[in-house]
Amino acid sequence: MNDSTETLQQTPEITRKEMDNPDKTDFRQDYISFRNYNFYYGATQVLFEVNLDIPERQVTALIGPSGCGKSTLLRNINRMNDLVDGIRHEGELLIDGTSAYDPTVEVISLRKRIGMVFQKSNPFAKSIYENVVYGLRVAGRKKKSTLDEAVETSLRRAALWDEVKDRLGESAFGLSGGQMQRLCIARAIANNPEIILMDEPCSALDPVATGKIEDLIHDLKKEYTIVIVTHNMQQAARVSDRTAFFYLGKLIEYDETEKMFMNPAQKQTEDYVRGRFG
Amino acid sequence: MENNASSTSTKSPAPKGEIWVWFTSLGLVLGLAMVLFLFGLILMRGFSFFWPVPVVQLELKEDSESVFRGNTSFAGVIASTQERSLQEIAVEEEILLEEEEEVEADGILGQALQTISEYRVFVGSRDRYGQSFRYFRHNDILERSFPEDIIRAERRVEGDAFFFPQRIQFQDGSEVTREDAIFEDELDRVVKEARSRRSQINRIDRREIGPINLEIRQLTMDLRYLNRIERSEGELTEAQQAERERLTGRIAKLNEQFELLRDQADELRETNQSIRVFYEYADGTNGQIAIGDLFRFYYPNRLGFLQRVQVAGIQFWEFVSGYPREANMSGGIFPAIFGTFVMTLIMSIAVTPFGVITAIYLREYAVQGPLVRAVRIAINNLAGVPSIVFGVFGLGFFVYIMGGTIDSLFFSQAQELGTPTFGTGGILWAGLTLALLNLPVVIVATEESISAVPRGVREGSLACGASKWQTIQRLVIPASLPGILTGMILAMARGAGEVAPLMLVGVVALAPNLPVDGTFPFVHLERKFMHLGFHIYDVGFQSPDSEAAIPTVFATTLILIALIVVLNLSAILLRNHIRKKHKGSAF
Repeated sequence: MNDSTETLQQTPEITRKEMDNPDKTDFRQDYISFRNYNFYYGATQVLFEVNLDIPERQVTALIGPSGCGKSTLLRNINRMNDLVDGIRHEGELLIDGTSAYDPTVEVISLRKRIGMVFQKSNPFAKSIYENVVYGLRVAGRKKKSTLDEAVETSLRRAALWDEVKDRLGESAFGLSGGQMQRLCIARAIANNPEIILMDEPCSALDPVATGKIEDLIHDLKKEYTIVIVTHNMQQAARVSDRTAFFYLGKLIEYDETEKMFMNPAQKQTEDYVRGRFG
Repeated sequence: MENNASSTSTKSPAPKGEIWVWFTSLGLVLGLAMVLFLFGLILMRGFSFFWPVPVVQLELKEDSESVFRGNTSFAGVIASTQERSLQEIAVEEEILLEEEEEVEADGILGQALQTISEYRVFVGSRDRYGQSFRYFRHNDILERSFPEDIIRAERRVEGDAFFFPQRIQFQDGSEVTREDAIFEDELDRVVKEARSRRSQINRIDRREIGPINLEIRQLTMDLRYLNRIERSEGELTEAQQAERERLTGRIAKLNEQFELLRDQADELRETNQSIRVFYEYADGTNGQIAIGDLFRFYYPNRLGFLQRVQVAGIQFWEFVSGYPREANMSGGIFPAIFGTFVMTLIMSIAVTPFGVITAIYLREYAVQGPLVRAVRIAINNLAGVPSIVFGVFGLGFFVYIMGGTIDSLFFSQAQELGTPTFGTGGILWAGLTLALLNLPVVIVATEESISAVPRGVREGSLACGASKWQTIQRLVIPASLPGILTGMILAMARGAGEVAPLMLVGVVALAPNLPVDGTFPFVHLERKFMHLGFHIYDVGFQSPDSEAAIPTVFATTLILIALIVVLNLSAILLRNHIRKKHKGSAF
């Protein structure tokens, strides 16, 4: 609870900092950091010796063919894989300098700092309002004014406010696919997280809705660190600052997005981004 | 050519499969037809119980087979027409063996293959004819008529009777005869007055004498307990002696009150007995009945359609709201309806939370492995255990162990005197036994609906920082509510109709009190109760005149089915309401 009040107060300061330092050099370059990270589902090793530093307040895209481990990597950041039986990991995962698997770190408070948007939009069977404040409610927030404010701010940031402000009490299932996904984004940012994870957020959407979400990602990176998994090369190129290419559980190449697409160092990367395999 | 080839190739597999499609639809149609037939039969026979039918008077040939005790004239309602071969009749009358030779000699054997048609007629007046139904051969009937003035009388004892009222004799000996113009109005009036006196008597018996009796019984028990102490201890302490005096005084006072009320009731009863109606049967013999024993009457051959609907409505209402009479042979079935309803309610209240909690643990928390698999198999098998086994278990566990423990803790006095309170069958134990019986149904339905909650929803909740329990409480349970209610509906449908286990844990053919009434503490879960299913069994198969009981059985069955439909319908409406609220949650 302390966490979120702090971040609430920080918000204006962050924005100022943002405007003062448009080149973002002030931010941590290893905000999320995998060190010699191995990950196993039972006997199957999925990630091999991954070393990856994800910078603060930038969009990092994870690309690679299906089954390359990029989603697994993403779901490791908020320990969503804990739900699966028989998982195991080696190496270190640091978030803002602290180990995510540190025994003193509670998985629930970790997840409160990390919002997540899924491939398939998953609004709850509740009203639009209740969907947005779900994270705050489970954190024990009850004050009406706080919740109301969070709903408006989050929906505005998710570019959904104008479309739904008159029907906040209606079921979230009445929204279109694109709106639902933006609602899920609003729900993720209502908790005032530091990081937003996106697991192929546009794969089920039409081009118009996709465009809206991409614009949104562009806006959100001013305040949040975003990690996005995508199968769509153009999307990775459009929205991300840095791109990591995975193949068969290994990090093949990781660099500025522009360089990754124009002039990749590895042959495999070049083949993939040019659409020669995958 | 190409087109042709492709069309035949797509066509050819279709006819092969179609046979099976036809088979499946045939099965469906057959099943539906059987259900509809059964339902239609119960509906028709059940409702015909209430419908006032014209009464026919039959004049028989002298000395024919159908004549009974010299009576050649009968009035009654034709229940059915049937055909029997003479041989069947002969076998029934056990003359075939005795007079075999004679029969053969007479050459009647050829005739034995012939059939005769006969009417099955409800003649009522069990006191007079011994049985409510008699058979009259078509050939033996001289004349049929529908007399205007005949009445069908519902009597306190011995079922209905058909007769022509002749005169009313009042207390002071004065009479009104049928020749008087006011006769029919007077008859109406005295029967109505008798009814209001009867309800007064009932009120005194139930509302006023009932509680007094209950208190006397309680005090007597306390007194007996003190006497026992005296016997075993030699003497009583002063306080105990004072208590005994107080009890004796109170009992005496209550007895006085009781006698006062009883006198009041007796006076009313006497009035009801002193006014008499004299009547004539169809064959001209005379009879009489006290007005108090004549509950209701109507002129079946005078009614127009609307009046028939009205009479049917009244009879239906009396059936569902009245108390049974004559060992359940007549009167209403309200206590059975109420008992079934309350028991089903207790069962649903007990089984739903228990089943849901079990299902949540099994699905969400238990480590899925061989142990949980075994538990799940055991639960599924539990659904196949014969219900009587649950009855035996309920008797042993709930009645003897739990009820016995409650008794020894809170009602030790009564228990020592051999009058258990909870340690004997009662509606609570019956409800809990049925809850146990239906537990698998609820668990399976709940588990299924829990596992149908999409994984994405759980992950979304956890990603928002919710704990597992918060996720279950806020999202999983609401989303699986329709499924939980489906389980409850199935449980209710099964539970409300179940009879066998109940016979061991508290159902009785005739319960003196309802499980809920106006005496403190208003809900008496330890009481024995009546149940529609058991009522059907009791009336249909345990009554002295089972043939006369057939219509009652159908009517009771109709009410039982209607009750289950009403209970289920309300649960289904509730489920649909919830589903609408959560619509799309299972996309």
